[in-house]
Amino acid sequence: MPIITVENLHKRYGDKVAVADVSFSVEQGEIFGIVGRNGAGKTTTVECVAGLRTPTSGKIKVAADLKQQVGVQLQDCSLPDKLRVGEALDLYASFYANPVSPAALLEEVGLDPRQAFAKLSGGQRQRLSIALALVGNPTIAILDELTTGLDPQARRETWGLIERIKERGVTVLLVTHFMEEVERLCDRVAIISDGAVLAVDTPAGLIARAGSSDRVIFRTSGSVAKLSTLPEVTSVVVEGDLVTVTGDANVLHAVVLTLPAGQVSELRSERTTLDDAFLSLTGHSAT
Amino acid sequence: MASTALFPARLAVTEFKLYLREPLAAFFGIVLPLALLLILGAAIPDFRKPAADLGGARPVDAHLPGMMILLSVLTVAFSVLPAVLVLYRERGVLRRMSTTPMRPISMLTVQLVLNAAVAALATVLMLVFGHLILDVPYPPMPLAFIGVFLLGAVTMFGIGLALAAVAPNSRVVQGVGAGVMFPLLFLGGVWLPRPLMPDWLRTVSDYSPAGAFGQALTDVLANRSPSLLHLVVMAAWATLGIAAATRWFRWE
Repeated sequence: MPIITVENLHKRYGDKVAVADVSFSVEQGEIFGIVGRNGAGKTTTVECVAGLRTPTSGKIKVAADLKQQVGVQLQDCSLPDKLRVGEALDLYASFYANPVSPAALLEEVGLDPRQAFAKLSGGQRQRLSIALALVGNPTIAILDELTTGLDPQARRETWGLIERIKERGVTVLLVTHFMEEVERLCDRVAIISDGAVLAVDTPAGLIARAGSSDRVIFRTSGSVAKLSTLPEVTSVVVEGDLVTVTGDANVLHAVVLTLPAGQVSELRSERTTLDDAFLSLTGHSAT
Repeated sequence: MASTALFPARLAVTEFKLYLREPLAAFFGIVLPLALLLILGAAIPDFRKPAADLGGARPVDAHLPGMMILLSVLTVAFSVLPAVLVLYRERGVLRRMSTTPMRPISMLTVQLVLNAAVAALATVLMLVFGHLILDVPYPPMPLAFIGVFLLGAVTMFGIGLALAAVAPNSRVVQGVGAGVMFPLLFLGGVWLPRPLMPDWLRTVSDYSPAGAFGQALTDVLANRSPSLLHLVVMAAWATLGIAAATRWFRWE
């Protein structure tokens, strides 16, 4: 049974439609991603799920106490500058009936309890924000754009933290526009564009839908006419001495066996990525 | 459950610590009015001589402490409280809290109590040090004094909350707070004592929240009953302010 069910969610502000028609369900214990460009309606959707906004129409069911059992990390929320990390966690722990130990949580996110909020780096603020979302010992964590603005190192650390959250059995609803983040973390993902769901699938499923095609790219001075006749190949594009061959999963093998040795340089192969899948499903890139 | 209490202890303690870390708030709310009372009272000999305008009382007995209590209450109500609330709204502190079992209104009550406590502490310090150093008599009608202080505090905090409710951001609320506070201090008689005001100005002052509060404070400190007009004026401003704050206050 799903822990979160959203059916035909519609949210309008005056004449402006933020979410047209969004439906999806999240199973217990999974990391469910919501991806889309800025302005696609991702944040409005999760804010409706978290009970911060009232849908104009549609149904949302969350099998948990929204305040006690759902931890929320929001964009653009900060804390008083002079509040220290340890004080913030103690304060938020006091809001909940069954909080986890703030000290243990701090150790897990690797923050110094004495540091003031104003002195934290972007990555440290995000980790504190995640810790605040988790201190109430939630069954569901809603995390909105938590790695936006972080450097690659801080982003990887944050991903590690999310994976540990999942190991504790917490269901995670993750809003993002980073495909790398989705591939690394998400069990399933809903792609939202212009306030509507285009697809809900596993990352691998989405790639398969986009028509999984492998590409082989190389430079050669010799003839490549023979390649188009191979059954594994669907297309050959030649630009000067740069050749791009597209085909099925065996195309690399076929190309290598067909071309004579010594005439090929800079050979590499590419698979369809989630970025490609997103592009082909929505007609534009995520970022 | 403790977490849904209107006045949660942990939140109050945390906000109190943060208050102490912003020394300017405590300076303007407590130290400045106290220092002005003691320095002006000690340095200006006329403040310690019986004045004909005041019916033969010394200015330092009732007028000066009344004005400095007014200054303290206006400072925390128009400058400190709205700035904190608007900053918390602007930076999403209240919105973040609204995702937890804690209700944001608890933050409002904690801030109100904290700021009222600061004004009350300043008032007690002024009465005690004024008595010890300048021989200012303690309030001869303590219950009436406490009643006037509370009514005035509710009035000023009500208006301060209304400012916090309508101000779009923290920069505006600081400007508007100062823009309201200085004319009110003037109407309250801080620079030009009310007995010296021309009649028309004193009438304006009578109907202003600060004029009513300042005169009522001075009256009870001088062992006179405050006029009914001033109590009604304060109650009316309190009602207006609280109604406006209730109507327009937003958490995000």
